[in-house]
Amino acid sequence: MHEYSLVEALITRVEAEVRRRGALKVHGLSIRIGELAGVDAGLFQTAYDTFRAGTVCAEAPLTLRQVAASWSCPACRTAIPRGEVLRCPACAEPARLDDGGDALTLDGIDLEVP
Amino acid sequence: MCTTCGCGDTALVPVELHEKILAGNDRAAKHNREHFLEAGVLALNLMGSPGAGKTAVLEATARAAAGKGWRLGAVSADLATDNDAVRLVKAGIPSHAITTGQACHLDADLVHRSLHGIAWQKTDVFFIENVGNLVCPAIYDLGQAANVVVLSVTEGEDKPLKYPTMFLAADLVIVSKCDLVPHLDFDMQKLDDAIARVMPKPNVLKVSARTGEGLAGWVAWLEALRLEHGLVGKIAGMAGHSHQPAGA
Repeated sequence: MHEYSLVEALITRVEAEVRRRGALKVHGLSIRIGELAGVDAGLFQTAYDTFRAGTVCAEAPLTLRQVAASWSCPACRTAIPRGEVLRCPACAEPARLDDGGDALTLDGIDLEVP
Repeated sequence: MCTTCGCGDTALVPVELHEKILAGNDRAAKHNREHFLEAGVLALNLMGSPGAGKTAVLEATARAAAGKGWRLGAVSADLATDNDAVRLVKAGIPSHAITTGQACHLDADLVHRSLHGIAWQKTDVFFIENVGNLVCPAIYDLGQAANVVVLSVTEGEDKPLKYPTMFLAADLVIVSKCDLVPHLDFDMQKLDDAIARVMPKPNVLKVSARTGEGLAGWVAWLEALRLEHGLVGKIAGMAGHSHQPAGA
């Protein structure tokens, strides 16, 4: 699966921030995985736990928030029930995925700086 | 470091980023996208299950688009063998293989590297035939103008419901092997319904690479996309900037 390459990208980004701020240690990071992000949260956590060894994230717990996919009408805001056809029942507009539904986001890093 | 008394304490700083984890790939994809458009090339990311008929659709495209005067090109990704690239060359589409080893998807860097040394700038329509996989390729932007997902009638009407991320990413779904429908217990309406539950703007073409059914519509869609991207009338090969060394 591709969770390894995503964890690699994540750790590389954290390393860049550590260098940028002259940080001494990473105390934690938080990410969001949307239901439609194409990433399995469990596999991502396992890949992170496996590949953080020997990196700046070695002692940084990962806070992983999952975001459910929800759809609504961009025109009249009507919520589209899960599993239904992605068109507004009220005004026939194509539905829009609500924020975070396909997210794969590094939200924040807790850094110890001098 | 405490700046008031200089005591040397460290500080715990929460750094807010809210950045995509795939930002690096997105940057590389943006670079690819600029290259393609500057050179007047319409690039398509062709995805689908192993055996969906991606290569067959491309072979048939060479025949169907023959009258358009387009120069076609492709790179074809697989974990092993260059069989697909060989087939495409025989069909009249200059193609190169990308052998990914164990990688189950293409990413923008791999596409960028694979383009070095091949004359992609001299094409009008360039196909990136992704690894056969309905999961991983969906989330990696390669710099394409559009994502095309090939789904065959032998895969079951509920396939889109099982792989919503891929169908959400699709700009067009090509339903392939339609010549087999009389031999199957296949309900096209059920498939259309499933697609409508995962794609807010369903865009579906029903084709048969074998008989040529539906391919005129596919060629028309490609032509409309070229128009949309301002590529009609543009002379392919006039690249804005190049990584080629002088004299290459």
